[in-house]
Amino acid sequence: MNKPSGNVLRLAGIHKSYNIGTPVEAEILHGIDLTLANGEFTALIGPSGSGKSTLLNIIGLLEAPTRGSVEIAGQSVRYDDDNGLTRLRAMSLGFVFQFHHLLPAFTALENVLMPQLINGVEINDAKRAEATALLAAVGLKGAERKKPAELSGGMQQRVAIARSLSMKPALVLADEPTGNLDTKTAADIFVMLREFNKNFGTTFLIVTHDPRLAATCDRRVTLADGKIISDEQTA
Amino acid sequence: MRFELQLALRFLREGRTQSALIVGGVMVGVAVIVFISALVTGLQTNTFRRTLGAQAHIVSKPIEPAARVQSEASNSVIAVVQTAPRKLRSIENWQQVIAAYEAVPGVVAVSPLASGAAIALRGEGRNAVTIFGVDLARYDRIVDLSDKLVAGALRLEPGDVLVGTELAKDLGATVGDRISLTTGTSSANSERFQLSGTLDLGNRDLSRRAVYLPLHTAQNMLELPGGVTSIETRIRDVFNANEVAAKMARVTPLAVESWMVTNGSLLSALSAQSASTAIIRVFVSIVVMLGIASVLVVAVVQKTREIGILRAMGASRGQMTRVFLLQGALVGFVGSALGAALAALLVFAFGVFVRGPDGGVLFPIDLTAQLLIVACAAATVCGTLAAIAPARRAARLDPAQAMRA
Repeated sequence: MNKPSGNVLRLAGIHKSYNIGTPVEAEILHGIDLTLANGEFTALIGPSGSGKSTLLNIIGLLEAPTRGSVEIAGQSVRYDDDNGLTRLRAMSLGFVFQFHHLLPAFTALENVLMPQLINGVEINDAKRAEATALLAAVGLKGAERKKPAELSGGMQQRVAIARSLSMKPALVLADEPTGNLDTKTAADIFVMLREFNKNFGTTFLIVTHDPRLAATCDRRVTLADGKIISDEQTA
Repeated sequence: MRFELQLALRFLREGRTQSALIVGGVMVGVAVIVFISALVTGLQTNTFRRTLGAQAHIVSKPIEPAARVQSEASNSVIAVVQTAPRKLRSIENWQQVIAAYEAVPGVVAVSPLASGAAIALRGEGRNAVTIFGVDLARYDRIVDLSDKLVAGALRLEPGDVLVGTELAKDLGATVGDRISLTTGTSSANSERFQLSGTLDLGNRDLSRRAVYLPLHTAQNMLELPGGVTSIETRIRDVFNANEVAAKMARVTPLAVESWMVTNGSLLSALSAQSASTAIIRVFVSIVVMLGIASVLVVAVVQKTREIGILRAMGASRGQMTRVFLLQGALVGFVGSALGAALAALLVFAFGVFVRGPDGGVLFPIDLTAQLLIVACAAATVCGTLAAIAPARRAARLDPAQAMRA
């Protein structure tokens, strides 16, 4: 295990191929190098098929790169250690997906508490109060007992954001979190993510197709054909 | 484990119809198994009690002498071997034999018996009977006569007899009446007795011919002074009778026969019944397990995306495995608890609606707490085992692919 570097994420020479050894073998990522410092609010943009989701899956430890190294919160990732991956994912990463991916059988409050329940955290009144405050912070005061089916798309996404912050992760990965929402709701959600970034110092890496939203981020990384073609500070 | 249990319960509650159907399947399966087991156990216990209730587990008798050829001619052919007329033979040194048998492992009680044919007379009544001369204290431990006493007292003082209920009816005798017994033509072999009690020996034929009297009296009547015709033995494990009989045969020069040899056809019937029950149990269990497994496989497919999300949030493969194993166990446990209740209801209904020709209960059904607990535990284990394949499938899901499902 390496010493914390002050960076939340460090990718070095990431390659990713599918169908290796077959006639249809295809390399999606070609040597990605990327570093995210603590507290950065970064947009990852690029056309469809550029490899954004694949890169996000690799950073989220959901897929292994074919080559290259990944370091998260100062820890080198070993892809042959499934328990280690699970632990690192649970403790250091938060996810927000395009489709909220809430658990339909659980209430909004229970969905927010779910990462803690998975990690064996004792769910007491203090934890419930924290989760309720988190829901209030995303504008869902009073919706604690509602099931996802009883909430609108924007509200469901807000629950998903609250859930991603439940374990106070070092890095939140958001895969087109506003892609399924109307313009106003999308802008509200972005403002909210930004507030969490400023207030709690949480690092965000957000995949988006919306150039206006990307322009509000501190940094904009552009991916095309599996390569980073630009990396610029916007603020 | 709290996360796994909470998720398992929620998943089951979410798929309410599926869960209800599979719990219903387990319930019916367990009810069938428990009811059939209880029914067959009750039937076997009843058959066993009726057939073997009035006989010893092992009987030792003198070895019958083989007919010997008188002719010296080596090339002669014996067309007919005439066996000597049967004569009551006494066991030599039977007191030492009893002591030797009592030392054999597995033996619970040993008792001497002097038995032979006789005629019972009362007024115009005349019945062919078998007299059993017994040491009542010892013999009661072999056959448990106290349990069979219908009227009077279990007493065999000199001059007392105990007879089967059918014989008492045939002779028109009740407790306190006098009965004559004769074993030969001379008056020395005839005696009068007072009926001290009647016994229901569980077997109509035996109840029609059994007469119990003091050992000493029977010895005199059968002209076996101080002798006994057999040694009766009770053992701890009735199904181990052949092994114990073999050990007993090694310590004495007697013909030792277990109930398993003398009641071979009964044993075959009981074994066939047990085997049939076991086969039914196995197949019903397999059907129930396949039912649970198929429902959980479908549940894994339905929950693929949720499994992916949970894995992305940090749920381990082990946790996902346990979620589905717990679902199997819960379905097995709840289904079996309901099945046990249904089986109890069936047993009750059987007692109420299925009656013998005399209107009484056909036979008591043995629905024990132990059977219910074992059935519930077995169903819970089966449910868990049935969930192994779906649970492994859930654990193997790749989170990234699962979320795209």
